[in-house]
Amino acid sequence: MRLAKRTENNPVRAEMSGSPAMISLSDVCKSFVAHGDRVTVLENLSLSVAKGEFLAIVGPSGSGKSTLLNIIAGIEPPSSGTIHYDGKPMRGVSTHVGYLTQHDSLLPWRTVAENIAVPLEIRHVLRHESQAQVSAIVRTVGLSGFERHHPRQLSGGMRKRVMLARTLVYDPETILMDEPFGPLDAQLKTVLQGELLRLWSNSRKTIVFVTHDIVEAITLADRVVVLSSRPGRIKLIEHISLDRPRDVHGVRFLPAFEDHYRRLWDSIEVDVRREASR
Amino acid sequence: MSAPDVAGDLIAEQRVLHGVPQRGRHIWLYRFVLLIVFLAVWQFAAGHLVDPFWTSSPSAIAETLAKWLRSGLLLRHLSVTFEETATGFVIGAFLGIICGTAVGQNEIIARTIDPFVTALYGVPKIALAPLFIMWFGIGLMPKIVLAAISVFFLVFFNTLGGIREVDPKLIEAMRTMGASRWDIQRKVMIPASLPWIFLGFKLGLPYGFVGAVAAEMMASNQGIGFLTQSSAGQFDTAGVFSGLLALMVVTSGLNEALGLLERWIFRWR
Repeated sequence: MRLAKRTENNPVRAEMSGSPAMISLSDVCKSFVAHGDRVTVLENLSLSVAKGEFLAIVGPSGSGKSTLLNIIAGIEPPSSGTIHYDGKPMRGVSTHVGYLTQHDSLLPWRTVAENIAVPLEIRHVLRHESQAQVSAIVRTVGLSGFERHHPRQLSGGMRKRVMLARTLVYDPETILMDEPFGPLDAQLKTVLQGELLRLWSNSRKTIVFVTHDIVEAITLADRVVVLSSRPGRIKLIEHISLDRPRDVHGVRFLPAFEDHYRRLWDSIEVDVRREASR
Repeated sequence: MSAPDVAGDLIAEQRVLHGVPQRGRHIWLYRFVLLIVFLAVWQFAAGHLVDPFWTSSPSAIAETLAKWLRSGLLLRHLSVTFEETATGFVIGAFLGIICGTAVGQNEIIARTIDPFVTALYGVPKIALAPLFIMWFGIGLMPKIVLAAISVFFLVFFNTLGGIREVDPKLIEAMRTMGASRWDIQRKVMIPASLPWIFLGFKLGLPYGFVGAVAAEMMASNQGIGFLTQSSAGQFDTAGVFSGLLALMVVTSGLNEALGLLERWIFRWR
């Protein structure tokens, strides 16, 4: 917890003092060619995520938030710039990272328990160990009784939980989450945010959390990074000064919350308005 | 877990499990009535409206079938055709899956061979029968090969389609979990393309049957195709219809069996 509230405007590099960096990107650019035009998605992006930090990324749609996560996961290489993970340069898909994508990537022919067991099967975990781990994580995410259901039989929120369980079950050091609670209703969203914070404070994993919801970002994160609209650049890094553990319901009524909200909204507003009038 | 969520899911599920579509309840009865009416009209027409020499009649066909059944003729010829079709189907389907999966791995290979395979596919398989009879004689072999080729193309195209249609997001998700190529192949590609492969089976089976029977009609001394052909040669219309009926029963039975297997494999849908 930081006592000093720091707001860095237009920083080239921002690091949390104290903890060593888990993920560090320097001068990362990403562009691709679409319909003959060169589109730059991310431009000169430098960012460090400390070990055990909860970092949220917000920005208007099209600001390259998902691309940034893909780059950190090693699914997409950057066009230029470097990424280090735990001090080592990244090569290919990172297996230390659990990636909870925005879209449903459950295997429809497997039951809930079988889906959650996939990463354990890949790691050749023995069957009885894997079963024990799966049933433990099923309880954690509140899916008890649904182990033998197929994804088709579940609601959107429950499928998200299955994906979350599948990401947590193999205990990756770092978790990347791309609008994981996006399509859920407000109540369920708050419940799951609370569960996520509880899980995070028990395990202290490094989390990079992409969202378009400023309230969600402030509620959860240590720092909130604002990306500009395309090409995505870091516009603002806001250190969230709210005490932990946080109450996901009550935190939004604190005066400090309002300050954070106002600063983040000011930063993002111009781009959002431009987006809306397009 | 919020309670309303669970309840909603359970209710939805029960509706699926126990819901009886009101309109479709008597469909089997309707089908039976249609069949009876059709047979009755046929029976009446033969002898009253048209010469039974050309159309035969349900009673004459039943008689011929009963005779064939008693003498064991039907079963002997049927089992020959069945053996040809089944062997050809297994060979064709196996090669179709292997080739489809292999070609599906690589976009360049798939696009390179595409026009050639499509051209080959476009050739009516029956047109190959004389060639195979020339190569393999009049035994079971040319029928098996023809059935296999007919099945192969349908299974091949469907497998290839299935492999290429696999949601890349599923593959990406597997890769971030640390899956190897082999893991992805076994856990995603094959299960995801199974419905397509099965569609290939279902489309291919009747074609395999057609291939076998057609080759029998051209040059053979056994099989249902031969039996039908030789009945026609003797102007035995009842015999021809009996052969056709036997074919119909066998294909329906095989399709039904495939359908059952499919429902069992795709319980998750």
